Amino acid sequence: MRVLRCADSGVLVELDDLAAVLALHAALTNEWPPGVTDLVPAARTLLLRLDPLLADPADVERAVRTVRPVASTRREEARLVVPVSYDGADLAEVARLTGLSEREVVRAHTATEWVVAFGGFTPGFGYLTGGDGRLTVPRRAESRTRVPPGSVGLAGEFSGIYPSASPGGWQLIGRTGLEIWRPDRDPPALLRPGVLVRFTEDGP
Amino acid sequence: MTGLEILRTGPQATIQDLGRPGFAAIGVGVCGAADRGSLRLANRLVGNAEGAAAIEATLGGLVVRGRGDLVVAVTGAPCPIEVGGRGGAMNSLIRVPDGAAVALGTPERGLRSYLAVRGGISVPPVLGSRSTDLLASLGPDPLDSGRLLPVGPAPQGFPPVALAPVTPPSGGELRLRVVPGPRDDWFTEHAMHTLLSEPFEVTKDSNRVGLRLSGPVLSRRKDGELPSEGMVIGALQVPPSGRPTLFLADHPSTGGYPVIAVVMAADVDIAAQARPGQRLRFAVTGRRPVPSGE
Repeated sequence: MRVLRCADSGVLVELDDLAAVLALHAALTNEWPPGVTDLVPAARTLLLRLDPLLADPADVERAVRTVRPVASTRREEARLVVPVSYDGADLAEVARLTGLSEREVVRAHTATEWVVAFGGFTPGFGYLTGGDGRLTVPRRAESRTRVPPGSVGLAGEFSGIYPSASPGGWQLIGRTGLEIWRPDRDPPALLRPGVLVRFTEDGP
Repeated sequence: MTGLEILRTGPQATIQDLGRPGFAAIGVGVCGAADRGSLRLANRLVGNAEGAAAIEATLGGLVVRGRGDLVVAVTGAPCPIEVGGRGGAMNSLIRVPDGAAVALGTPERGLRSYLAVRGGISVPPVLGSRSTDLLASLGPDPLDSGRLLPVGPAPQGFPPVALAPVTPPSGGELRLRVVPGPRDDWFTEHAMHTLLSEPFEVTKDSNRVGLRLSGPVLSRRKDGELPSEGMVIGALQVPPSGRPTLFLADHPSTGGYPVIAVVMAADVDIAAQARPGQRLRFAVTGRRPVPSGE
């Protein structure tokens, strides 16, 4: 692990892979260092945001290096079922890119459980990982200016659901009516790091 | 019921407190007052908890009318203040009798002023905060004339001071302390030397998300993309153009462009008062200066 400073506002930990990020995130959530205001996981890093009036970056770094790992089986994770109409604009293109038929793409997407690794680009968005590796596809060459809310997509090793209309470059394979982001609900975001997701095919 | 009626908003007025930390993992930004120190002072002056919700007014122009007798304070960018037709002072306790209007003129220096009211603005919180998030459309809407804001019950203690001596924002070049990194290794030594020795100018494209700066280009040493990672306030993020953005209160949770250095938290308050056209200089704090040349 490499620990990098963000002045007095953060400590950025660089790790080998996503599994290490999630393990450290779990460990620090369990043993929250004083003065840390947020933990921000990402693909290869975990950022600890600090309250500069309360936290000493050196103490926080020490806490990161000495935190006790948490056994993954101890965590009670929420499970979410996401019904999807697999009629996305890029379904045919994904079939072409992966060498699978469209039916096989749908079956691969729904066959295994995905886990929310981290969020970040817009409220309620979660990067899902751990699905069928055959579904790894590049982003679209051109971003769409408007992706409809509820769109289900693929990009790189991840799957994701757009919580609201936004520009986007993911390959869209379907749409869900599930409201994954609602600020006045508890919890506001259905896709939080660690949540286990199962996609199911909606009837026609 | 005590309240504050908005008569005029000026160029932009929003409700801000100290924001909603803790939700970066679901993509929700902290927001809150851009100049946190000034918000805290305004609240302390009126005897509120430091994180009570207040009005952040950009370039003055805010006019409010009190419903019920109120006590307010105005901090941040110094505005001419009129209360019920008489002059009021910045950074001091101002009594506003029922029905009187408080009018802020346009500040000559600095950008954002904070009007705190004793009892705090008590609109319903969203995700634990009363701050307006303009990008995510969370929290209260930006203020509009005609809106009536509820004011909370007065807190128990009364503040011991009526006036705070405050160094006003500078209208000239601003010096901001930075710490290099976390991604300084993505840049050439020449880029770091440039960052620490040349002035940068705040452009008109700046807002609560960040100050977009013009000036010398900061060259990268590494090709390729940085996987998106968590961002902090005060970060100097450098896109492929080589011109940095200095992140303020509404900055995104994560980003894929490398951060060459981060402004110390206390100096972000100074940056939050910078007007388009003002120049910034960055200086390393607590470290030996970077040698010049490659």
